[in-house]
Amino acid sequence: MYAPHTESDIRAMLGDVGVSSLDELLRVPDAIALKEPLAVPPGLPEMELQRTIGAYAAKNDATKYTSFLGAGAYRHYIPPVVPAIAMRGEFLTAYTPYQAEVSQGYLQAIYEWQSYICVLTGLELANASVYDGATALAEAAIMAVNATGRRAILVSPAVHPNYRAVLQTYARGLDLTIDELRTDVAGGTTAFDALEAQLADERYAAVVAQSPNFFGCIDVPGAAARAAIEKTGTVLIGVVAEAMSLGVLSPPGEWGAHIAAGEGQSFGNPVAYGGPYVGFIAANKEHMRRIPGRLVGRTVDGAGKLAYTLTLQAREQHIRREKATSNICTNQAHCALCATVYLAAVGASGLRRCATLNVERAHALAERVTRVPGFSRRFAAPVFNELAIQVPEGSTAKSVLAALQERQILGGVDLGRWYPELAGSILMTATEVTTDAEIETLATALGSIAKEPHVVRA
Amino acid sequence: MSAPELETELRNRFEPGANEPLIFELGHPGRANAYFPNGRAVEEFLPASALRAELPLPDNSELEVVRHYTRLSQRNFSIDTGFYPLGSCTMKYNPRVNDAMANLPGFRDLHPFAPDELAQGALGVMYDLERYLASIFGMAQFSLNPAAGAHAELAALLIAKAYFTKRGEGAKRTTVIVPDTAHGTNPASAAMVGYKVVSLRSDARGRVSVDDVKAVAGDDTAVCMMTNPNTLGLFEDHIIEIAEAVHAAGGLMYYDGANANALMGNARPGDMGFDLMHLNTHKTFSIPHGGGGAGHGPVGVAAHLVEYLPTPVVVKEGERYALEFDRPLGIGPMRSFWSNFAHAVRALTYIRANGGDGLAKVSQLAVLNANYVRVKVREFLETPYDEICRHEFVASAQELKRETGVRALDIAKALLDHGFHAPTMYFPLLVPECLMIEPTETESKETLDAFVAALRAIVEQAKSDPESVLAAPVTTVVGRVDETRAARNPDLRWSPAGSSR
Repeated sequence: MYAPHTESDIRAMLGDVGVSSLDELLRVPDAIALKEPLAVPPGLPEMELQRTIGAYAAKNDATKYTSFLGAGAYRHYIPPVVPAIAMRGEFLTAYTPYQAEVSQGYLQAIYEWQSYICVLTGLELANASVYDGATALAEAAIMAVNATGRRAILVSPAVHPNYRAVLQTYARGLDLTIDELRTDVAGGTTAFDALEAQLADERYAAVVAQSPNFFGCIDVPGAAARAAIEKTGTVLIGVVAEAMSLGVLSPPGEWGAHIAAGEGQSFGNPVAYGGPYVGFIAANKEHMRRIPGRLVGRTVDGAGKLAYTLTLQAREQHIRREKATSNICTNQAHCALCATVYLAAVGASGLRRCATLNVERAHALAERVTRVPGFSRRFAAPVFNELAIQVPEGSTAKSVLAALQERQILGGVDLGRWYPELAGSILMTATEVTTDAEIETLATALGSIAKEPHVVRA
Repeated sequence: MSAPELETELRNRFEPGANEPLIFELGHPGRANAYFPNGRAVEEFLPASALRAELPLPDNSELEVVRHYTRLSQRNFSIDTGFYPLGSCTMKYNPRVNDAMANLPGFRDLHPFAPDELAQGALGVMYDLERYLASIFGMAQFSLNPAAGAHAELAALLIAKAYFTKRGEGAKRTTVIVPDTAHGTNPASAAMVGYKVVSLRSDARGRVSVDDVKAVAGDDTAVCMMTNPNTLGLFEDHIIEIAEAVHAAGGLMYYDGANANALMGNARPGDMGFDLMHLNTHKTFSIPHGGGGAGHGPVGVAAHLVEYLPTPVVVKEGERYALEFDRPLGIGPMRSFWSNFAHAVRALTYIRANGGDGLAKVSQLAVLNANYVRVKVREFLETPYDEICRHEFVASAQELKRETGVRALDIAKALLDHGFHAPTMYFPLLVPECLMIEPTETESKETLDAFVAALRAIVEQAKSDPESVLAAPVTTVVGRVDETRAARNPDLRWSPAGSSR
């Protein structure tokens, strides 16, 4: 209980209100009066509460395993300065900065976030954030539909399967058509050469591509595909599921994207079993009035002093109601703040260093694992921090992962879960926190697993 | 540093209320921290064509970063620094134990693709929270998948759409009934599933009239979206008749849970006839608002809609929990991963701290606080619906404006000078010059008395010296900002020198 009322407070306040009891204040028609007490156990003193909730945390054994999991959620080093700043009550317990005069701190931090995202994606403007990477893609698709008046979206099958599924959920609401690029994923990258023919009838509002793609491969459209996109007035949405890659890789704005939609979790936010994370949307200026969610702008106060405020609110639900660009109401301000403090702390040189370490670690992982007989790279394309590993003939990704799990190793994600033709491939991830010793542990385990008859059928 | 630069630097540092420079104006290339080991060059691994041309961002010392963001934090109002009477936002105290629990390594470091058998604790958190919410609100089942309240509204409307499509009524049921007291997200969410909005005007008592609902409900009705208590803080006492009318027309009843802090242990949406609902656990269940997010928006459904819930769903087989993805009628996933999980931990912690009886007391005291402020405020401001309210109430500055020219906005700005956050203003739309006040249960009588005294002083000041109220705020780091200029000449980012991007 966190209410401060004493019994005498309650009596005095009831007297001032002119009622005799709390029950009298909350009278409801008999037909809906609560029939039985809530099925919630009695309240706990804080000491016991910590034990009770701590017992749940203790049952998540995965946190004690050696892990090569990634696939849209990444373990990165979080400098302690990030939570130290972000957990300050002035940030943590603030409301949305609608009252600009008493919210300059948060507004400026969001303006800085928007600026960071613009520079990192190579695009002209960015919003104050959206829920996560998948919803960023869905909202970006809606922007493209509104920009073009077309109601179909063409998506690369190498875009994160969860993002594509969320896009499908949103598309059912708006009766949009989602088509997949007419290619296979055998090469590990999108076959953009089919694009020109598919775009010819100018049916598609947007083409969606992700780089690094879900298989970890750098995957951007070439000159011909970009020309077809421009010629047909199609919007290119560039998805970034691993923001750390922006530290070294050519960003969406450089490879022709008009809108970037991505996930910023990697900047200072823990994996936390899937959330909260922080989606970002960046775009060229032509899309300014179609971008969903909050935007912070710089202006002046009555005395001409520099000031920040939420702006272009005529796009938003609380003003426009059913004519709004989106129903989105919150942003992920606190996660965006963590990302902003992270980016400020590591700086350009730290970000480049960290991103490079990811590349180096993934290559060390690839080099060591492919020295284990039977294991090979599934795709040849260059990768950032994750890669598909082909398991030995006669085994499956599933059986190998299960055998690794018995050795307290989470070897990665079974690509067969989404791509039946890739049931022999594991998506393995290495970041700057992955050590040589962990890679060695994994390789040694793979070596012994490859000899086990119940994993590999002879 | 040149003389003008030095002057700027000194002014920035020492002038009270001076602007804080942008982080981009503070750093210098090469002023790096040693967070990461040095290693090889990226060009050894990747072709030059894959690499970015430039990364024009600053390098800062950690102390510089700490001071910068600490100074920004000091230019910010928060629950920890003062009282926030924001109607429909439920700005209650955010207990620190919630954060401590969410940050336990067993939760914080758990990867969403961890196998179910190694994530039993996390799945247990989700499963138990869903069951507690179902009991508190009388729903058959909740899903924690949506990321925020508006996102859960969207999920609920997608559930309704899928339900009607399955019944072969998808093509004809395309309207939603929304009262004029509804939150702006309701019509915006309706638009995102292609539904048309039929707006209902509140009656003289500030409620939705049963006759009005009967007049508009028909075989085109998909959903009637209501909140109870409504945004005037009034209990919709004819809710059962309204639900019967909507159900008779074949529609579904949707409960907007933004005002759920008035209801716990008192009445349940499920018992009122609602088929679908959402919660904002960042309101009712004390999760920090974080400056506008991340939120957390469970969506709840009655028994006939369970199979349409978003995926994945947490299931329990024997003593084992699992994520179930194969749900043929489910609307699909709403987001990248399963839930804003850290917030689920906070909500569960809060529920277990209070217990069932404690939650009932929370709602009782929230209603007591609102009524206490209401009877004090009506001594000097109009309260258009003058009766017992629930967790919030509305006052109007219309008469004061006529008399003095001082508007609701000006009162709100003047409150900032008294150290209080402004109430919600100009909402709901049906009340002119509206101030919507929700004190929450965690504020003491002394704080409420101080707030009422400040509001009274502002109203008196409006009568004796209206100009001084129009000039407020004067104690904040900036005065009223020029929003017109912000919208006309959008300046939405810093740009590196010599770069177009």
